[in-house]
Amino acid sequence: MLRYVLTRTASLVASLVVASLVIFLVLEVVPGDPASFMLGMNAQPETVAALRSELGLDAGALQRYATWVGGVLSGDFGTSYAYRTPVSGMILDRVQVSLPLALLSLALSTAIAFPIGLWAAARRGTPTDTGIMAATQVGVALPNFWFAMLLVLLFAVRLRWLPAGGFPGWADPVAAVKALLLPALALALPQAAILSRVMRSALVDTMSEDFIRTARAKGLTRWQVLTRHALRNALIPVLTIIGLQFSFLLAGAIIIENVFFLPGLGRLVFQAISQRDLIVVKSVVLLLVVAVVLVNYVVDLAYLAVDPRLRRP
Amino acid sequence: MRDSSPLRRLLAATLLAAPLLAGTALAAPRTDIVVGMQLEPPTLDPTSGAAAAIDEVVYANVFEGLTRFGPDGEVLPALAESWEPAPDNLSWVFHLRPGVKWHDGTAFTAEDVVFSFDRAMAPDSTNAQKQLFKGINEVTAIDDVTVEIGLDEPKGLFLSNLAWGDAVIVSPASIDTDKTQPVGTGPFKFSKWVQGDRIELVRNPDYWGEPAKLERATFKFISDPTAAYAAMMSGDIDAFPVFPAPENLAQFQADSRFQVIVGSTEGETILAMNNKRPPFDDIRVREAIGHAIDRKAIIDGAMFGYGTPIGSHFAPHNAAYEDLTGLSGHDPEKAKALLAEAGVTGLKPTLVLPPPTYARRGGEIVASQLRAVGIEPQIVNVEWAQWLEQVFKNHDFDMTIISHTEPMDIEIYARPDYYFGYDDPVMRALIRGLDFTSKDEERNELLRAAQERVATHFVNTFLFQLAKTGVADARLRGLWPNSPTQATDLTAVYWAE
Repeated sequence: MLRYVLTRTASLVASLVVASLVIFLVLEVVPGDPASFMLGMNAQPETVAALRSELGLDAGALQRYATWVGGVLSGDFGTSYAYRTPVSGMILDRVQVSLPLALLSLALSTAIAFPIGLWAAARRGTPTDTGIMAATQVGVALPNFWFAMLLVLLFAVRLRWLPAGGFPGWADPVAAVKALLLPALALALPQAAILSRVMRSALVDTMSEDFIRTARAKGLTRWQVLTRHALRNALIPVLTIIGLQFSFLLAGAIIIENVFFLPGLGRLVFQAISQRDLIVVKSVVLLLVVAVVLVNYVVDLAYLAVDPRLRRP
Repeated sequence: MRDSSPLRRLLAATLLAAPLLAGTALAAPRTDIVVGMQLEPPTLDPTSGAAAAIDEVVYANVFEGLTRFGPDGEVLPALAESWEPAPDNLSWVFHLRPGVKWHDGTAFTAEDVVFSFDRAMAPDSTNAQKQLFKGINEVTAIDDVTVEIGLDEPKGLFLSNLAWGDAVIVSPASIDTDKTQPVGTGPFKFSKWVQGDRIELVRNPDYWGEPAKLERATFKFISDPTAAYAAMMSGDIDAFPVFPAPENLAQFQADSRFQVIVGSTEGETILAMNNKRPPFDDIRVREAIGHAIDRKAIIDGAMFGYGTPIGSHFAPHNAAYEDLTGLSGHDPEKAKALLAEAGVTGLKPTLVLPPPTYARRGGEIVASQLRAVGIEPQIVNVEWAQWLEQVFKNHDFDMTIISHTEPMDIEIYARPDYYFGYDDPVMRALIRGLDFTSKDEERNELLRAAQERVATHFVNTFLFQLAKTGVADARLRGLWPNSPTQATDLTAVYWAE
């Protein structure tokens, strides 16, 4: 078990070092200069030079990499070229939108997927099962931004129950949750469709195992076997998918954040790329990599909890 | 029917009255506004960045210059109430408005003006329009309310240069924090900025001029055109002065809750050509391309009919405008003949397109029109930063579509190092002549000659003047229809009953 934890930890650290290098190098070769972008078409060459030196862009690549990584390790992400405010503060502001959004949609998708998956597995082969699977197939195929637009047209434009977008801030928690409800739902439904399909097939696979037959032979009902024995064993693939989905929800909400004009991480990075605010791009991407790697790490450790075989020395 | 109890009657009366009460509450005119913008300003200091979004929030609302642009581009007094040039036009004396206060309560004086100019002209200045200050040799405070500005030589556009957002007056006390917490002299004070979401302004009760009618103004940033549409439709946004989806304008026009405001901008949209690179160094090739293009088809197809055809690099609403579209009328046969005469066959130029709709949609139409005369353009879509680097800085392109949004910018044709590489001594002399003439009639004469010069040399193909298409709540009054400079002046905006 210790060995398992150690190898997972080592691969976590190695992933992060490689990621920081790759991020830095990729952004080095991206065409476009932040200073020229900020000063526009009429800027005098000497003005661009003055701004480049003010932003610290005239230093060598190695020196800039060292400054960046050194800063990040001590919690200082540097100052945004475009906004001229500390990147760490900007990220902190945006995480307050993105993280709750990701958690809310994860909660929604799990809450929808678990009962559906269980239900379909319990009614395997019946018209109910076929119907559910057809519906989830549609859910998987639906692009979430299109679904988002439908939600906006119905709940914001026609019914006016919820705002069409924007985020009022957490000072008013009710308004904040209302603002996150539609985007979370738009993100959650396609995820729930995937998750319920995985859930169903994992359960169906487990149900054909020998120990299930034994349990049934002991006299347990199909439903009892499903919830007491099969569910726990089916959780490993489900956990893997949930881990992947959480990373996706955190980083992949760019389009949804645009549709609902939410000030989240995805939109920050999107804006920063077009403005060549590379220091923001670097730091946010690194942070997302850290989040993804950490989530996978936690999922790996969570296998320990659900799979006793991994706990053997 | 059952006898209704007093309680039941009371309940019914309340239910009936509720909408009426709500109705009276709604009838009082609102004193706040939520304005939608597509891009968020990176900072709020208009003197150290080129982003149009900065001026769209703070120009005339928060910051003011010595002079300012009015709704139709006229130069009006602002922090300077009057001025007079010396007889030789080599120095100007500005009389500042007395008793003006910065938003932080300190007094505005001539020293602030000196500070702002010195800062913009300094060697390490990061002013994006530093050329506005070229030729100013000294700025001195004569007393608290009088400033003298000395010039190396007369400058015809001097007063108009001072009206730009990049030339607003800033306070030395707050300059270090102006980027995130601007302190100006305008009718609105900065209140709050939630980055990525909104900026809030509040009315300045101590404003020197007519106070703003609105108490609060919020600018909200919505980049996605579909989201902008939904936000207008759901009432989350009261006005979108530059609405990003022209395809939805007809729908707003048909809805009595909204008004569509169409006006002019300073944006000459052109199909620029690299005049230094063969075969575009041949005037016959450039003329051929001019005749290959059908402006109306581009305006209808890419801009949903909004836009005015232009035949030179000049705004049609300007007094000195001359209609030269006839010089390059749509004539594919003539285009083919000119190309044959120039001996050009199998031309496959790059057509570099930046992100705006006019370029991306317009580019597709331009490409198909060029194909009709035997030119096979290779479309390259780029981001802004890439466009600036590749086209604007390194001149690595054959053709591009771009809107030049600065006012009175025909002088770019007098810069031989400019990206389209037009080098003409006659044009340079014409533009230089403008600095030595301040009489309108003579200036207009020179400007007309300049328009004709670039049109007859077919430097670029001049497509159309970009229109400003905005959407607002039907009850809003006082929004600027035109865009003489990038601004959302809210001073005179109010809600009708």
